Amino acid sequence: MSHVIEWSARPSRPLLHQPVALASLAWLVLAVLGTVLSPLLAPEGPLAADTTRSLLPPGTGSLMGTDLLGRQISTRLLWGGRWTLGMGFLGLAIAVGLGLPTGLAAGFLGGRIESVTMQSVDALLAFPGLLLAMAVVAVLGPGMASVAIAVGLAAAPAYARVARSAALEVRTQPYVEAVRALGGSAWRTLIHHVLPNAAAPLAAFAATQLGWILLNSAALNFLGLGAPLGVPEWGAMLDEGQGYLRDAPWVSAFPGLALTLTVLAANLLGDSLQEALQPK
Amino acid sequence: MIARYVGRRLLQSAFVLWLAVTLAFLAMQLTPGDPAQALLAASGATEKEIAERRAQLGLDAPLPLQYGRYLWSLAQADLGQSWLHGRPVGQMILEQLPATAELAVSATLVGSALGVGLGVLAALRRFTWLDTAATTVAVIGLSTPTYWSGLLAILLFSLHLGWLPPTGEGDLRHLVLPSLVLGFALSGSIARLVRARIAQVMEEPFVQAARARGIPSWRVILAHVLRPALPIVLTVIALQFGFLLGGAVITESVFARRGLGKLAVEAILWRDLPVIRGVVVFGALAYVLVNLAADLAQAWLTPRLREELA
Repeated sequence: MSHVIEWSARPSRPLLHQPVALASLAWLVLAVLGTVLSPLLAPEGPLAADTTRSLLPPGTGSLMGTDLLGRQISTRLLWGGRWTLGMGFLGLAIAVGLGLPTGLAAGFLGGRIESVTMQSVDALLAFPGLLLAMAVVAVLGPGMASVAIAVGLAAAPAYARVARSAALEVRTQPYVEAVRALGGSAWRTLIHHVLPNAAAPLAAFAATQLGWILLNSAALNFLGLGAPLGVPEWGAMLDEGQGYLRDAPWVSAFPGLALTLTVLAANLLGDSLQEALQPK
Repeated sequence: MIARYVGRRLLQSAFVLWLAVTLAFLAMQLTPGDPAQALLAASGATEKEIAERRAQLGLDAPLPLQYGRYLWSLAQADLGQSWLHGRPVGQMILEQLPATAELAVSATLVGSALGVGLGVLAALRRFTWLDTAATTVAVIGLSTPTYWSGLLAILLFSLHLGWLPPTGEGDLRHLVLPSLVLGFALSGSIARLVRARIAQVMEEPFVQAARARGIPSWRVILAHVLRPALPIVLTVIALQFGFLLGGAVITESVFARRGLGKLAVEAILWRDLPVIRGVVVFGALAYVLVNLAADLAQAWLTPRLREELA
């Protein structure tokens, strides 16, 4: 074995030159498209049962097989995307909506505001995420909206942290100082100069957070704290399939695969975005 | 002095704990519905009985007084009574703790071994195919829901191969699949953090200097890279403890194991708020203590940090 240690840094590559990033992006777009077009692609709907076709394996006239009630797994997956992805994007919107202004303001304004804000954020960050989300669901009561809010709230502190460091980095740049010196208001500077220039790392982290949010909102659904019985949310479908794992593994295998691929795509996209931003 | 760092770190931990405890208290206040009503509604109690029960539970007291009483009972390690079972929450948690601790410890062992192994491998062979392979395994571990990998593991190792029992608990054989599944998920983030930190150490001037002196690579790695990276690895593993707690909840559900996770999920579904509050406070306490211990150990193990902090 050679003992040469590779010391040099890998040069950054633009996003569109990274095959992994393109594949991840393609999968996410496909998942969203499938969800949006589900009424066209599977017009029979996720509840169309046919008990004569109970637990058919994949391939026997059915793409991904059927569940106990003879409902098509593929159809349920397409229709279920609106819940799973919907909760994911809603959760992300909450995390960004709370974390971004908090972090940007703290990083840009500095001083006492920053230290008080960031200390509270750190305390929240020191709290186990899923446990925090479970506590929020306990307060709001089980349901899919509660799950999205809970997971979004649990993810917000981390986003605030990243937003703060992004703002901090931009704040000391000469062009921002120039704008400030020319009499640009703090608010205007923040919106027109800091935000656009901090956008790239913020987008990268948002992709990574989408992965975390999807994973955990589906987890809460799997635990039975979200979707009501029969709703084809992917985590809830996995839970349903648990009962007949031996005889019909496809009932939970496909929702799990769809979910894993989506989370993986979000994580890989986040990594690729970060890599694209590497040069300093 | 190091004492100052310890003091500051203790204060910080106390703050986090206080915040968790207070949030848990406020959450109870925000929850719609009245506990006394929830407790007695099913039994068809009269308004008067409900009001009596409310007074008995101390719910008619002003908020600050309730808060003070709550803090006072917590200080005495009293987590209150379950609404559903009428038993002390602390006792219920202690009953479930061994099962969860068993899973958490074995999953941490699996996750650390795998995660540190992958991370070190990737960092030492950075930007080679080995690095790519290791980081790919790590990101898959990070992205695969334990509630899916768990089912796949049961399907393969229990139902098809018949090597291990699918669910339940008892002997060590019941622990293998849950720890592997949770450990694999845990290894993903450990591997990524370890890789990044070791790569950082390798950029350090003293490592470059050692290499420039012509010391063989394996000696540089052992003596100059891995040894200083050890305390960092410790912190990285401790940081994952929060993930571990959440992961244990899900893994317990997949493998139908007893434990804190089952307790918490049941409590949420039945809206047994004292139990939820108890689990949250207990989880925060465990998390804070583990991280405090790791930070202090790191300060102790890193001479330079010890000096910087002094």
